[in-house]
Amino acid sequence: MAKATREAFGEALVSLAEKFPQMVVLDSDLSKSTMTVDFAKKYPQRHFEFGIAESNMIGAAAGLALYGKVPVCTSFACFLIGRLETIRVAVTLNGANVKLVGTHAGLGIGDDGASQMGLEDVAAMRSLPGMTILQPGDALEARQAVEWMLQHRGPVYLRLTRQKLDDVHRPDYKFECGKLDIVWEPEPKAKHFQATVLASGGTVGGAVNAAKELLPKGFAVRVVNAGTLAPFDVDSVEDFAKDSERFVTVEDHNIVGGLGSAACEAAASLGMGKPVVCLGVRETGESGLAAQLYDKHGLSAPHIMEACIRNLS
Amino acid sequence: MEDLSSQTKELRADIIRMITAAGSGHPGGSLSVIDLLAVLYAKHLRHDPKKPDWPGRDRLVLSKGHACPALYAVLAHRGFFPQEELMTLRKLGSRLQGHPERHRLPGIEAATGSLGQGLSMGLGMALAAKMDGADQRIFVVTGDGEMQAGQVWEALMAAPKFKLDNLTLIVDCNNGQIDGHVNEIMALDPLAEKLKSFNWDTRTIDGHDLAAIDGALSAVKTVKGKPQAIVARTIKGKGVSFMEDNIAWHGKAPNQEECERALKEILHG
Ligand SMILES: Cc1ncc(C[n+]2csc(CCOP(=O)(O)OP(=O)(O)O)c2C)c(N)n1
Repeated sequence: MAKATREAFGEALVSLAEKFPQMVVLDSDLSKSTMTVDFAKKYPQRHFEFGIAESNMIGAAAGLALYGKVPVCTSFACFLIGRLETIRVAVTLNGANVKLVGTHAGLGIGDDGASQMGLEDVAAMRSLPGMTILQPGDALEARQAVEWMLQHRGPVYLRLTRQKLDDVHRPDYKFECGKLDIVWEPEPKAKHFQATVLASGGTVGGAVNAAKELLPKGFAVRVVNAGTLAPFDVDSVEDFAKDSERFVTVEDHNIVGGLGSAACEAAASLGMGKPVVCLGVRETGESGLAAQLYDKHGLSAPHIMEACIRNLS
Repeated sequence: MEDLSSQTKELRADIIRMITAAGSGHPGGSLSVIDLLAVLYAKHLRHDPKKPDWPGRDRLVLSKGHACPALYAVLAHRGFFPQEELMTLRKLGSRLQGHPERHRLPGIEAATGSLGQGLSMGLGMALAAKMDGADQRIFVVTGDGEMQAGQVWEALMAAPKFKLDNLTLIVDCNNGQIDGHVNEIMALDPLAEKLKSFNWDTRTIDGHDLAAIDGALSAVKTVKGKPQAIVARTIKGKGVSFMEDNIAWHGKAPNQEECERALKEILHG
């Protein structure tokens, strides 16, 4: 059933509260949007409301972590990354065990417009040594990613959607940090692929639709979910490069520094000569419905299909 | 003021209509700030809708950018753009973005929407005007929840240092934010005393009393040597009984029925 990953996150916090007694949740006046509000009601002693003061919240989270707590800090993705320098020093330079959860990622927030869209957060977080970056593609993955994040010692950035996402994983799916996982391939399995599409978060469903539509047109396309953006799974990229003509990446994030860049870096380092076609946001973002914006900014299924079969020479 | 009071009814009605048409937006903080903006534009802010880039204009930075429906309504009424355009709020391709952007719409001085940044930008404009010996005035409007942001206090320290008597901060104190009331989420009071202790000329007014607003905006112009703050006590959702001081209406659009009820109260109440 379609569900926003932020919603799955909120449910997971409540269901994991007893298992992780050191976990505390920090908010900055967006608890109804980041969906921590149920946790706050049930565990008021373990919830701290900081008001519209994200720097202080993140700094305090580092302090809580250095003392031994497991702080989960939430806001919109754009407002967390607005405090990059605090994250850089208080969190990653300290190796503080802080979990930063940025919701309403990318164009997916819709009509609130550019200032509310986290479109550079992955690029910035990827440049911080020691930061693990997770972006689940559906609710099932989100729940497991939250649990993984809480048992992991070290800084984590979890990027979540405002919009509902269709299920892309089978019920028996097991989250593994640092692994690219195949969410769709033609049956029976093809020997050779026109493209391997890497998608993440809000774009995975569209990638699956694109691949399904291309099959009857004679193109075998594999869709891979990049649930972990850092560290990036270069080994799997190498495997996919062996049987794929090209890679296509599609992300609800600026074209610079995110999934596309990670894939290009991986593909180039392998020296296997496989092209990478990157789809991502090139402008500042704007108001509109999420689906309209995915169409306009080149992230929806028709754009993905075109990127899979476009003549590159 | 008689005239202005019927104008503010029209402006409130436009806020409700445009947010209803958009299907999303922030009625509460737009309705609390509208009287302040209406008086400012009608009587104090030097501007020319036909020449929005006129270098001699005064400047307003709406730091609480989510309340832009209020600003858009005022700008349309003053003739910066056609009033019909209000109904395009938040739609794909509209100049009326969910949060204001200066390169898209005439009359917008600065992109806002990330709370806490507007006072610094206003301070920079005030500093530049001083450098050029210009007599323009810079106005910045913040929310009270927004005053929790650390950057605001950095700017509050800096403006008196630079003796920016051309800078006026208006705080829309409606005691509402998203997660609850400001005095519970992260209390600010005594805000006026804090501002005074930071060396701002500070006065507190009823932010829905048009004459009081007019009086305060006249008074600040006579202050020499320091920036001025107007602490405006307001009611979130003012003018629509079911929205007044109701946190649920911070960022929610009315449905058609609620819209009609609200319009009836505003226009005939
Ligand atoms: C830096 C930042 N953090 C969070 C938000 C999300 N946000 C939008 S409006 C709002 C509450 C604003 O409260 P206040 O400043 O009192 O405005 P008003 O009540 O007048 O609408 C919040 C937290 C934001 N826009 N910017």
